[in-house]
Amino acid sequence: MTDTPYDLAPGDTKALVSRPEAKLSGVLVYTIGLVLAVGLTATSFWAANTSQLWGPGVALGLAVLAIAQMGVHLVFFLHITTGPDNTNNVLALAFGILIVTMIVIGSIGIMSDLSHMMPMQSGSMGMHMQH
Amino acid sequence: MNDIALPLPAMADKAPASEAGPAAKRIVVAFGFWVFLLSDIVMFSALFAAYAVLVRNTADGPSGDQLFSQTSVAVETACLLVSSYTCGLMSLSIEARRQLGTYFWAAVTFALGAAFVALELSEFAGMIARGATPQRSAFLSSFFTLVGCHGLHVTAGLVWLAFMMLQVNLRGLRDNVKRRLQCFALFWHALDIIWVWLFTVVYLMGVHP
Repeated sequence: MTDTPYDLAPGDTKALVSRPEAKLSGVLVYTIGLVLAVGLTATSFWAANTSQLWGPGVALGLAVLAIAQMGVHLVFFLHITTGPDNTNNVLALAFGILIVTMIVIGSIGIMSDLSHMMPMQSGSMGMHMQH
Repeated sequence: MNDIALPLPAMADKAPASEAGPAAKRIVVAFGFWVFLLSDIVMFSALFAAYAVLVRNTADGPSGDQLFSQTSVAVETACLLVSSYTCGLMSLSIEARRQLGTYFWAAVTFALGAAFVALELSEFAGMIARGATPQRSAFLSSFFTLVGCHGLHVTAGLVWLAFMMLQVNLRGLRDNVKRRLQCFALFWHALDIIWVWLFTVVYLMGVHP
């Protein structure tokens, strides 16, 4: 039973510690991830509070920053790579992202479409939701 | 011409795929847990969608920008992010079989996670004291469901981590204990990814005018 097989587990630290071809030490990988994540988080908080940016664009910018930070977490903390030993992990992740996108975009799209079609209902909607 | 195909340089230390046999148990276990985590994230996506749909239905009650304090959210974010980092350092200690390092980083991770839960609970208590209960409006119902569900996950992670340290103490860093710790690390990092979306969608987009 070989221990350097054709698959890697998600979040595998063994690859960081014992692989001869690993170029960065494990601590350095996590530290780079932390620094990048802190930078992106700080940018998010700044963008939400500043008045220097065009207001309607801020929400989109925040979403982009969150996607970037998700990428940082996946690469530096969960060690998801594009290598052939990660194919299974990436495929599962891609399927998860597909379902998540369908649920979120689909729900928001359908519900905003409904509230456009029933403009009078929007006032009493809140009343019903109280109970 | 040579009859035997020479292996590629990168594959020189491995058996060919046809002879490698099934993947090691730690890889199968972690992949299965990865699939569970993705299904958990799908569940969270439904809660996010519900929140996004209901966020304007405040029923004349308090709205997000009146309730949320950005300072406490920033501190909560810092706690969770740094605890994700220390959890990674714990994984490295486990891989290097350093038991003391494992205990130390686990304790730091636990403390930061507990600080996060305590801050979140005090935030909830403050909101409820001001009349912003889950029953008040559809916005608040979906808010408490979404954020509370994440908080419950973090709490479950803390209990899991405490039990794992007990197992490390009683059984040492055996293979099955290491596999469970590997799953815990995956769980903890995934919770941080969910929190990134939480503070972006709920707190920052909600506070932004």
